[in-house]
Amino acid sequence: MAEIAREQEILTVKNRTLTKVTTALQGAPLIPLFIIVVFAFAALFADVITFHDSTLVILPDRLIPPVGFDGGSWSHPLGTDPLGRDILTRITYGARVSIIISATALGVGGGFGTMIGLLSGFYRGKIDTLLMRLADITLAFPLILFAILLVMVLGPSMLNVIIAISLVLWARYARVIRGEVLGLMERDFIARARVSGASDFRIMTRHLLPNVMPTLIVLLTLQVGWVIIVEASLSFLGAGIPPPTPAWGSMLADGREYVSSAWWVTTVPGIAIMLVVLAFNLCGDWLREKLDPKQRSV
Amino acid sequence: MQRYIIRRAAEAVLALLALSIIIFMMVRLTGDPALLMLPPDAGLEALEDLRHSMGVDKPLMVQYGLFMGDFVRGSFGDSIRSKTPVSDLLKDRLPNSIKLVGAAFAIVLLISIPLGVMSAVYKGTWIDTLCTGIAVLGQAIPVFWLGMILIQVFTVQLGWLPSSGMGGFTHYIMPAFSLGFFTVAAITRLLRSSLLEALDSEYIKLARIKGLSEFKVVWKHALRNSLISVVTLGGIYIAILVTLGILVEVVFAWPGMGRLLYQGIVFRDFPVVQAVVMISAAIVISTSLLVDIAYAYLDPRIRLQ
Repeated sequence: MAEIAREQEILTVKNRTLTKVTTALQGAPLIPLFIIVVFAFAALFADVITFHDSTLVILPDRLIPPVGFDGGSWSHPLGTDPLGRDILTRITYGARVSIIISATALGVGGGFGTMIGLLSGFYRGKIDTLLMRLADITLAFPLILFAILLVMVLGPSMLNVIIAISLVLWARYARVIRGEVLGLMERDFIARARVSGASDFRIMTRHLLPNVMPTLIVLLTLQVGWVIIVEASLSFLGAGIPPPTPAWGSMLADGREYVSSAWWVTTVPGIAIMLVVLAFNLCGDWLREKLDPKQRSV
Repeated sequence: MQRYIIRRAAEAVLALLALSIIIFMMVRLTGDPALLMLPPDAGLEALEDLRHSMGVDKPLMVQYGLFMGDFVRGSFGDSIRSKTPVSDLLKDRLPNSIKLVGAAFAIVLLISIPLGVMSAVYKGTWIDTLCTGIAVLGQAIPVFWLGMILIQVFTVQLGWLPSSGMGGFTHYIMPAFSLGFFTVAAITRLLRSSLLEALDSEYIKLARIKGLSEFKVVWKHALRNSLISVVTLGGIYIAILVTLGILVEVVFAWPGMGRLLYQGIVFRDFPVVQAVVMISAAIVISTSLLVDIAYAYLDPRIRLQ
């Protein structure tokens, strides 16, 4: 009897998680989610799902058009670039570059900014004024210019691009999270936690952090697209990912001279950037509506 | 009000100072700054000369003083590639960049205000879907790719518009449009939501009860208040236009600062890069300061804070 009861319990728990997942996804933008899944899949398994070398130059194969166009073949479904490299392969590896950069930059910058925001809103006073002035000054920097400068001095590499973006990114998180924390600090549950003897650290991590999570998640999602565009812009200008590593921005730069003769070299990475950025922005909008009723747009 | 202006001005000055210190420190921490400023084939003698004039052998504070003194006097050193003073190169390029940003700004206002108003007035209809669709798309298309698509269609296929350089009116159309599109998207979305809020407010109901025409209600009463939210972010839009201008100038071979910067990056011409970044940052930071001050004059709520 007891066993059956337990089994049923497990079943209901399973069902509950299932309903939780389905209700969580209610009204979710399915196409954007699908694009994000494909993007993540491509990035993770780039070496398994591609059949060409992403950097090997094969000049006789240069500028082959995509399948369905004059001279195109299934061996290069999306054609080849001016150096004879398979575009589909490079797009797939480029997804990996984009995901590594946006995940690390948002992780480092967003994490650091959240920490500053928590400290600033919790302790108030002089620390708060100092940190927020610092955040405002950082927000005044044009990010792309700052990144170009940094990359010029330190040399172009993925790490330096990540450093440059994170150095500017933290400020927005610090500002937004601090604002939220200031509001939360007025609430009763913080006072009660204090009375029950919770340490500052505990209040920040166990009481404040979970409450700013929705805002944080929305902001992170909305900024993925932005980081991808910044990275693409830097690579396009030659101040981002150094060749021959395939990055979407540098692929666009490679094709710039061939806009009139070989449209696919720029069109394919352009569409890739557009779809992924669009997908993250739409998911971010949806999450905002769902998680953050205060910011709900009319 | 005064306190607000002083605070914002101090912030702007600090931001510029911080940027100059970052440039200064980065260059010195990562090796010999004189090496960065000279062509790779320069002789030892030239290196010694430059080291001496840059004061690399002096204490850091003195070096920073020299560095800032040069900047303030507008002396940025010589371009490694063209061997001419960077300030001469900038003199020709700066007005061209400003013209492009100005043209883009005009296009932004011309497109985004009607789009924002229409999508708010016709909320929920296909017009709204179309306008918001354009706005959402605009934020996902990189400006440089948009520029290439335009060239592909209007120059290569149709042969209507010139694809590069400066010249008559037609040279402005594609660069200004691709530069402005991102901002169009941002302002359209912002205007739509703030206009919807305004249209729902008491003073609009009163205006309607008074019997004002719908046209007047929307375009005069509601829009004026909604535009405040757009002006608030004016500084950010200018920053966006100036930085995106670099990318657009590269695509359309526009003879401005952005193209100069691009060439500087490609040829590792550090004096050029340093000067363009510093000047663009100064433009961005000072215009956003001016916008904020103008805004504080317009909106008493800010003034009284």
